[in-house]
Amino acid sequence: MSSAPDQKPGSANSGVTDAENSIELKEIEGLSQSQIVRRRFFRHRGAVVSMVVLTFIVVLAFSAVGFDFAVFGFAIKTPGWWQWTWTAIPTPVDGGRPTFSLIPEWLGGAGLAFGPHPFGQDEIGRDIFAVVMRGTQQSIVIMVVVGLIATTIGTVIGAVSGYYRGWVDSILMRFTDVIITIPLIVIGAVLGLAFGNLGAFVLAIIIGLFTWTGLARLVRGEVLSLREREFVDAARVAGATDRRIIFKHILPNAIGVIIVNTTLLMAAAILLETALSFLGYGVQSPDTSLGKIISENQSAFATRPWLFWWPGLFIIAIALCINFIGDGLRDAFDPRQKRMPSARALARAGRDAKNGS
Amino acid sequence: MAAFVTRRLIASVFVLLAATFLMYNLIALSGDPLRDLRESNAPNKEQLIESRIKLLRLDVIPPLRYFLWIGDLFRGDFGVTVQGRSVNALLEQALGSTLQLVTIATVVAIILGLTVGITTALRQYSGYDYSVTFISFLFFSLPIFWVAVLLKQFVAIGFNDFLEDDPQLPAWLIGVFALLAGLLWASIIPGALRRKAITFAVAAGATASMLVIMNLIQWFTYPGLSIFGVAIIGIGAAVGLTALITGLKNRRALYASLAVAGLGLALYFPFQFGISFSITEWWMLTALAFLTVGVSLGIGWFMGGVDRGPVMRVAAFTGVITAGAIALDRFMMVWDDYSSSGRIRDRPIATIGSSTPNLEGSLWVEGVDIYTHLLLPTIALILISFATYTRYSRASLLEVMNQDYIRTARAKGLAERTVVVRHAFRNALIPIATIVACDIGGIVGGAVITETVFGWTGMGQLFQNGLRATDPNPVMAFFLVVGSLAILFNLIADLVYASLDPRIRVS
Repeated sequence: MSSAPDQKPGSANSGVTDAENSIELKEIEGLSQSQIVRRRFFRHRGAVVSMVVLTFIVVLAFSAVGFDFAVFGFAIKTPGWWQWTWTAIPTPVDGGRPTFSLIPEWLGGAGLAFGPHPFGQDEIGRDIFAVVMRGTQQSIVIMVVVGLIATTIGTVIGAVSGYYRGWVDSILMRFTDVIITIPLIVIGAVLGLAFGNLGAFVLAIIIGLFTWTGLARLVRGEVLSLREREFVDAARVAGATDRRIIFKHILPNAIGVIIVNTTLLMAAAILLETALSFLGYGVQSPDTSLGKIISENQSAFATRPWLFWWPGLFIIAIALCINFIGDGLRDAFDPRQKRMPSARALARAGRDAKNGS
Repeated sequence: MAAFVTRRLIASVFVLLAATFLMYNLIALSGDPLRDLRESNAPNKEQLIESRIKLLRLDVIPPLRYFLWIGDLFRGDFGVTVQGRSVNALLEQALGSTLQLVTIATVVAIILGLTVGITTALRQYSGYDYSVTFISFLFFSLPIFWVAVLLKQFVAIGFNDFLEDDPQLPAWLIGVFALLAGLLWASIIPGALRRKAITFAVAAGATASMLVIMNLIQWFTYPGLSIFGVAIIGIGAAVGLTALITGLKNRRALYASLAVAGLGLALYFPFQFGISFSITEWWMLTALAFLTVGVSLGIGWFMGGVDRGPVMRVAAFTGVITAGAIALDRFMMVWDDYSSSGRIRDRPIATIGSSTPNLEGSLWVEGVDIYTHLLLPTIALILISFATYTRYSRASLLEVMNQDYIRTARAKGLAERTVVVRHAFRNALIPIATIVACDIGGIVGGAVITETVFGWTGMGQLFQNGLRATDPNPVMAFFLVVGSLAILFNLIADLVYASLDPRIRVS
């Protein structure tokens, strides 16, 4: 991941190239690779805003209704600060209309108010804010678990098959082909039907076991080219084991591809889980998920649209944030991509370069 | 080449065998195919269970049953469902229905995605580029089932309400459309602030006056293009395509395409009020489309002079667009008949199903019926693939535009049009072609959710009904089609790449 190949100061003959180069060079002067990446990432406004929004959503979802997690006999339960839980059934007030208001009083609204049921209630009275927060928790758990599992499997399979080539590569890649042939929604539906009642965590593990294929192919391609580089030869001559070469020398150089694709995979996993729950193969009652809320209430759109808006908005918000963060990371890790300086910065740098030389 | 294809095909067959084996066992183990009978109170319960076990060969364990299934498959038999219906017949019907849905969505998504992606790449870091980037990220993040419900509510019910009696666009909506059109054109067409202001004013003014005229002539009740609309579209296509593909300096191309558009206009009245009534089958319309392309190519060939290729291309594209406009006008002519017919009752945009049952009428009425049923699911499907194609074509064109040979082309003084269309666009298409091919392979399987929400009896329903009943035969038929398509189009993608890019060799 060298960031130097396209900067040759002095060899450029046009003023514009000179200016571009001097801007680039000045920016990365004396910085380490990770500092450059961090800097580029924080310059991506969409990504930074998305990070803030995502953090807010995560904190809100996990603190509001508390976290109730039980799998394989292991359980955590934390209390939340919100007055209702997602299973409580308070009496419906005002037809379950949302009490959340943003319109200030001088415009005829109720002012900034949350009220007892900010997102409204469903027909039997459940507080939709609490239900949506629970659904958001599920989505986040699934996102993280799928991200971890799929990245681990994909990276290891891709790296091993790219590094050893030959028959190991053939077997692993044909195996990848087999998994890739099965559409995700199909395998998700089949397995969700069998394991959906075990909760979001198990569902996430199963989704993760089948979504690593794209990453494995990308990592393999990257490793195939990296293993021919001199630093790998140097490590081998120095007596490093294969495991050390793969994990200490090759994979850190492929980290950009891995991180970027993990984020995209996580966004896809959220949408997959909500789609499965919508079709009835995902999270099962009495637990809930964002897709399930929409599925249960889609016929009530005309009478209770809030049952439909809020879960949808949270799905979009999470997926959009992850996609933007992924885009920011791609910009940050891709050394070929240059930021286009503004015309004024270009002119100033051109003048500086001329005066300096 | 032949060796490569054979080797790939053999490998694909083994991959498919392994995948089907895996799927078959997963489906068979995902539930109990006798559940509904066990829970039933029928007096002859035991007998029913017995007969189903016999019918589906449930006494054989799943891994072995797979081999029985594959044995039947080699004789062309997909087996029977739990209810004893033949899967072959079900599959045929479902596949036709799904292909109808996804073909149009794919074609529209590719055309739109490519156009928008290329314009954003050419206007990199403009307001337009940023807006499209944001919109495509938004589309990426949309759950399709959520969009589908919104579409039903606002596009179908809202638009039907609007059409109910004497539809007139309100003034504020015309204002919004004019503003959007102005902003769009001003951000696409380059220039200084003054020129942008002029572009904005012209685009907004043209849009507003067009909408006002449409209101005045009651266009929404009696839609149509008339010969004027067809003339504008045909001549516009002739001039625009010539400017884009060969440049207006190529007079032969301009005259040839104008001749094609003129021929179309000359045939307008004979077609609308004569020939079109004798078209009663879809294959006749298809044949006419091929005839149009043939005639246009012929005109291009005769008028092409020395450099026939580009002239014929321009003429053919113009012919297709002009003929398309005439056909569209013909479909619009029956709109009023259609929407006021007894089966529709002035609520034309359908939210469910793939056709109106017992609708009587000509081929043209049938076409309008297909259109109203396809509209919503197609929009839902387009949204997502549109985002992908836009991002990929933008990235691909940007990559090419930074190459040295583009600088060379500019340095030798070529016009910007030639540089973009001839040198950059063609090379940018190479990676896009492979992505599109892979995508088409996956789209049949990807329409499951859209089909469910819109009650479309296609492959998605075959799959879901089978899965709910733990019935491997229909699910495997679905999977076999989807899997084979995916593998086939993957192979096509590789071959297309190799044939477009001479640096890649298949061996």
